[in-house]
Amino acid sequence: MSTTSILNLTWLIPLFPFLAFLGISTFAHQKRELSHRLAIAGVAIAFALSLLVFWAAATLPVGGGESAFESSLVHWFTIGTEQFTLGVTVDPVTAVMLLMVAPISLMILIFSRGDADIDTDRRQSAASFKDRPSHTHFCAQASLLTASVLGAVVFDNLLALFMFWGLADACTYFLLGMSYDQDSTAQAGLSAFLTTGVGNLLLLLGLALLYASTGSLAYRDVVSAETLAHLSDTRFLGTPYSTATVIALLFLGGAIGKSAQFPLHTWLTESVAAPAPALVLIHTIATGPAGAYLLMRTFPILALADVGVWMSAVVVIGASTAILASIIAVAQNDIRRVLAFSTVSQLGCIVTALGIGAYVAGAFHLITHAFFKALLLLGSGSVIRGMKMGQAEDGKQESRSRRQEGGGDAGAPRAGQEQKTGVSKTEGFDASDMLNMGGLAQRMPRTFWAFVAGGMALSAFPLISAGYWSMNGILSYAYQRDRTVFWVLAAVTGLTAFYTMRQIGLVFLGQPRSEAAARAPESAPSMTVPLLVLAILSVGLGWFGVPEEFPVIGSIASNWFHPFIGSAFGMTVVGGQVGEGARQLAEVTVGFMRRPLLIGSALSLGGLVLGWLVYARHPLLGGLVLGWLVYGWKPLQAGEKDRLETGMQRVWLGWLYACMRERFYLDHLYRVTLGRGVILLADVLRAVDERVLDRATGLAGHAARSLSSISAWCEDHVLRAWVSLVGRAGRDVSQAVGEVELHVVAHLTDLVRLGTRALSELSAAVDVKVIDRAVEGIGGTVKAGEHFVHSTETGNVRDYLLRAGLMVLTLIVVSFVILFLHI
Amino acid sequence: MTFHLTLHQILFLAAGAVTLGAAVMVVTRRDVLQAAFYLILSLVGVTGLYMLLEAPFLAAVHLFVWTGVVATLIVLAAVLTRNPMRPGSRGASHRWWAAALIAVALCAVLIWTTRTVVGRPMSHDWQASPAPVPEHSVAALGTALVDPDGFALPLAVTTALLLAGLSGAAAVLRKH
Amino acid sequence: MVPLEWYLILAAALFCVGAYGVMSRRNAVAMLMGIDLMLCAVGVNLVAFWRYREPTAVTGQAFALSVYAVAAIETAVCLALTISLWRTRNTVLMEDTD
Repeated sequence: MSTTSILNLTWLIPLFPFLAFLGISTFAHQKRELSHRLAIAGVAIAFALSLLVFWAAATLPVGGGESAFESSLVHWFTIGTEQFTLGVTVDPVTAVMLLMVAPISLMILIFSRGDADIDTDRRQSAASFKDRPSHTHFCAQASLLTASVLGAVVFDNLLALFMFWGLADACTYFLLGMSYDQDSTAQAGLSAFLTTGVGNLLLLLGLALLYASTGSLAYRDVVSAETLAHLSDTRFLGTPYSTATVIALLFLGGAIGKSAQFPLHTWLTESVAAPAPALVLIHTIATGPAGAYLLMRTFPILALADVGVWMSAVVVIGASTAILASIIAVAQNDIRRVLAFSTVSQLGCIVTALGIGAYVAGAFHLITHAFFKALLLLGSGSVIRGMKMGQAEDGKQESRSRRQEGGGDAGAPRAGQEQKTGVSKTEGFDASDMLNMGGLAQRMPRTFWAFVAGGMALSAFPLISAGYWSMNGILSYAYQRDRTVFWVLAAVTGLTAFYTMRQIGLVFLGQPRSEAAARAPESAPSMTVPLLVLAILSVGLGWFGVPEEFPVIGSIASNWFHPFIGSAFGMTVVGGQVGEGARQLAEVTVGFMRRPLLIGSALSLGGLVLGWLVYARHPLLGGLVLGWLVYGWKPLQAGEKDRLETGMQRVWLGWLYACMRERFYLDHLYRVTLGRGVILLADVLRAVDERVLDRATGLAGHAARSLSSISAWCEDHVLRAWVSLVGRAGRDVSQAVGEVELHVVAHLTDLVRLGTRALSELSAAVDVKVIDRAVEGIGGTVKAGEHFVHSTETGNVRDYLLRAGLMVLTLIVVSFVILFLHI
Repeated sequence: MTFHLTLHQILFLAAGAVTLGAAVMVVTRRDVLQAAFYLILSLVGVTGLYMLLEAPFLAAVHLFVWTGVVATLIVLAAVLTRNPMRPGSRGASHRWWAAALIAVALCAVLIWTTRTVVGRPMSHDWQASPAPVPEHSVAALGTALVDPDGFALPLAVTTALLLAGLSGAAAVLRKH
Repeated sequence: MVPLEWYLILAAALFCVGAYGVMSRRNAVAMLMGIDLMLCAVGVNLVAFWRYREPTAVTGQAFALSVYAVAAIETAVCLALTISLWRTRNTVLMEDTD
């Protein structure tokens, strides 16, 4: 098959998971095994096709004005005189997105199988297992989500993108709503839908404006030179801002809503109690990257926006999200919350990168982040599973020993175990609270090493992790572009390293701090194998993005990613009619600079506090080490408070720590203001309805009633007089007629009577003989007919209907016979 | 004889099959709610037919009015008047064969009439390909509906009819 | 091109299916559905003739719109009657209303 014919079939990629979704929903609703197989089959086929498409796309000629592959267009729908066409476009961005979505989805499905399997084995244990949402439901939703994300990536216009992302939003809502044992998560599902809805609204406004200005939403039209020139030259409604600026700001608004940027981030961070596979889908494939992907696709427009306005908007939102979220992450105790805030922070970095023009670096970081965040979340899922099973084991052990003792004190810890069992038995034992964990490195070694790999990637550990190359790509670009942004992002890197090490130290190192942790078993291979695969990818993906000028390594592993993705950008900015900002951004390959690279490495190895020291001479101190020093060197004992907390309390910053832990109270704020505000508004409207509208209808009723009384009076008085008048007149007339009749008419009638008597005597003779008999005959037939018809008069409504139908039929036949006899 | 179907004809056959199949299910299902859903399917089939007849506006109106209004009302009524049927009861009355006979006979008469009139070789204008639909037929329809020389009067009458019908329905349903 | 005949035959068949439904069903709501099928057939007939005979005029479409209006109101009225019947006699089977 030729390359173009392969690429023409790209639309098949989202089709297979969609078919899997249909199949699961209709056939495999109760069968776990079958639904799981269908889902994996759908995604696996999509993955295979993605590889094929990727190979085909990679062999296309790249560079200098060649446009990306586009398939033949299919006429989609028409509104009035406007035609909408739908086609497939495959450019390098599409190809790498496909390769990101499909394998991660596959790993998630395999992992979730392990999750569900353990469920069936342990159904008698802890109560929370009973409330687990059904696995078939998850498979169906995951398939649909994968299909919609693949669809969004593959098709060639922004309207299709919008639709498919909307579908993905709906799937997110369903996935979050599935965990009905946690009320906050179901709430978060609703708030997710609403928040991304706000983003969707802004995005839709941007699309509308774009369509109104240019008349098309297809990529090739939107990024052509004439369109871009038009957008940057026209002013928006008389303001001094160009249309491109307004559109770019609206798209940024869309990205804020969808990618959980501040201040619309609460839904992502409140939804952490969802099952791990669902969480991974949301963070890495669905709504998380959606905003960033949107910015990537519309990058040429963003490049045209007025630099001052645009840069401040992006920097304020993206960078502040990144730093705020990473500060909050330092103080979180739930293992999944740390990762959730980490996702928000990293998405902020990516948005910032795209905003300041680091197209390639931002794209690269988006992809590597997806992989190692998936790894970390799945790893945390494995850890929590282990903790829950340990808790169940512990419960069984405890009940067994209690029975042996002949029942003792129900919840009192026994002597000698006081240090360790303090929290295991209580009602509020949280299997995901990191303060309850510890020492899991010995108990769950495979999970441990996978988690370390992911954690190193996240904190951009030098040289060996994918995160290093992608994060430093961003940092280098920021260094050239805007120093403030650079320092903010560098601070984020340092904090990321710090909280990652904190997480690893609390969860895996030291001694177990609770009985549950002491008994946690390693997870099944169906869960650890995906972890392993993702770990390899987290390390290996980095090699694709090494800049050429990097000493030693750069010459071995040539930088393949940059030209590949960069050619996508180069393809879209055709001609020289782009604005000032775009010309600056047109230099895509990130130049290698020693300084930002070292700063990045240092901060990842160090912490923010010791950064400047590190830059000069010592590459081994700093954040990572600081984190290890604080948490790993002397791991926390059971029941001991977080050391950072105690440290900060000692310098009278304890309130700050509390703030960080409570996520700066943002979610409380939203609940109080927006939630109560909306309810208040509803009450006001109801009062209006009751008082005002009901009064109005009452008035109308009154008016009607008075009108009717008026007419009654009229009838009483007016009409009656009229009727009696008419009656009297009639009586007089009849009297007169009577007079006439007596005298004139009586004589006439006498004459007529005589005549008729004579005639009747004559006819009587005839009548008796002939006519009587004829009439009898006719009467007989009629009676027989009447009898027949009467027999069908059963009093049954339906029989009457039958009769009607029969009559209609007869009527039609007769009329047509007559008609055709004439013709 | 060559057997050659164009795409248009295939689509027509498909839509027609859906419509008729669903219609038959409507009149034979015992459970009224099932029949209601088959009715919706049949209406969707008819919408497809309207699309094939190049009347997209009418197709949309059909969909809105029938599935949105009528089918909703029917489903509502079916649910509200649910009564567990007596055991052994059927959906059709005891004289269903008479009804079937009449329906089939009616169908035969109509089809025979159609073929004779429309398929006659003399009336060649019935068989020719139809003229193309003008560009702005929807706009023309809208203008005609409110044109006093056009359909303004029927529109007004229909509105009055709607009002009367609604008032009547509301009056019937009023609880005393 | 699809011959006009086919549309008319389809409409006739649909009409007769609806007629059968009206004449033979016991449940009032089911009878109503038969009536609706008949009205659909009428609409198809109208639009087919419009399309094939006089596509430049809008008469056919206007007529079809009136038919929709009538169908909608007829459904509403009949359902009101059915529900009223249900309330008073607790049945919707036609044989109980004889």
